[in-house]
Amino acid sequence: MSTAPAEVDLPRSADKPVSDRPWVTIVWNDPVNLMSYVTYVFQHVFGYPKKKATKLMLDVHHKGKAVVAAGAREAMEHNVEVLHGYGLWATVRQDT
Amino acid sequence: MEPFRSVRGGGVRAWLAAAEASLLRNLVGQIMTLVEPGASDPQSGNPPSGNPPSGNPPSGNPPSGNPRSGNPRPDDLDALEAMLYPPGAAQAPEDPVLARLLPDAYSDDPEAAGEFRKYTEPALRSAKYEVAKQLLDTLPEAGGRIQLSNDEALAWLKALNDVRLALGVRLGVTEEFEQEWAKLKPDDPQWTAYEVYAWLGAVQESLVQALA
Repeated sequence: MSTAPAEVDLPRSADKPVSDRPWVTIVWNDPVNLMSYVTYVFQHVFGYPKKKATKLMLDVHHKGKAVVAAGAREAMEHNVEVLHGYGLWATVRQDT
Repeated sequence: MEPFRSVRGGGVRAWLAAAEASLLRNLVGQIMTLVEPGASDPQSGNPPSGNPPSGNPPSGNPPSGNPRSGNPRPDDLDALEAMLYPPGAAQAPEDPVLARLLPDAYSDDPEAAGEFRKYTEPALRSAKYEVAKQLLDTLPEAGGRIQLSNDEALAWLKALNDVRLALGVRLGVTEEFEQEWAKLKPDDPQWTAYEVYAWLGAVQESLVQALA
């Protein structure tokens, strides 16, 4: 999947005060995605070991959502784009 | 159906009856129609190529007062952008199925969500269209043996998931899907849809296990 479009023109962060707070990728619970599939996606997309991927999946399932990655805004937006390709319900926001 | 199993040396295989293959073909085809790049949300009212005054492709008829030798003007860039990113893509689709397949990337910032969608939705539509097409290309017309490379299996996983998402949204399934299904009588029109949804889940589950 091409990542270029997400980086072409996203001026919003440039005209805001620089902040140290990292950006995060959040995955939300939904009733359709199989638990095994969500675990597989976390392993496949992020390279997480099965144990960590399973724990994150269970967090999503039981708590309604989980932070699955943190870092630069562009990287988190890329994650979201990839996760949407897998049909996971993912969003990005700046950590509070 | 024979569920998916991993194949020694790589890839996976399964077996589908003719009726199962035909059902899958139909459902995946519907997803392709939904996500097809350039297809606009019925509610948006914007044709895919709604042309702004200067929005025609530059190769067509060179507009007067716009010599090719000059530096690109903001107008030119706008026109280029309008070609690459069709208008109407900045808002979440109103069809709940499409909204679930192409969700907002920002849950608490509509402006950022619109901006992100504008630049990424066409690629996401293409990606979903492509995995669906890959599934159809590797699904024998009359069913039977299905043999997939790992890459093809990944396309199947994504395409199957999109079908399940679409059906799940239409049925309004919750975590208690099994109980909801059990409450229906077999002659309920929704009963068959639940059965198909459950079957798709079983196919996808076996594929995940075969790849794990």
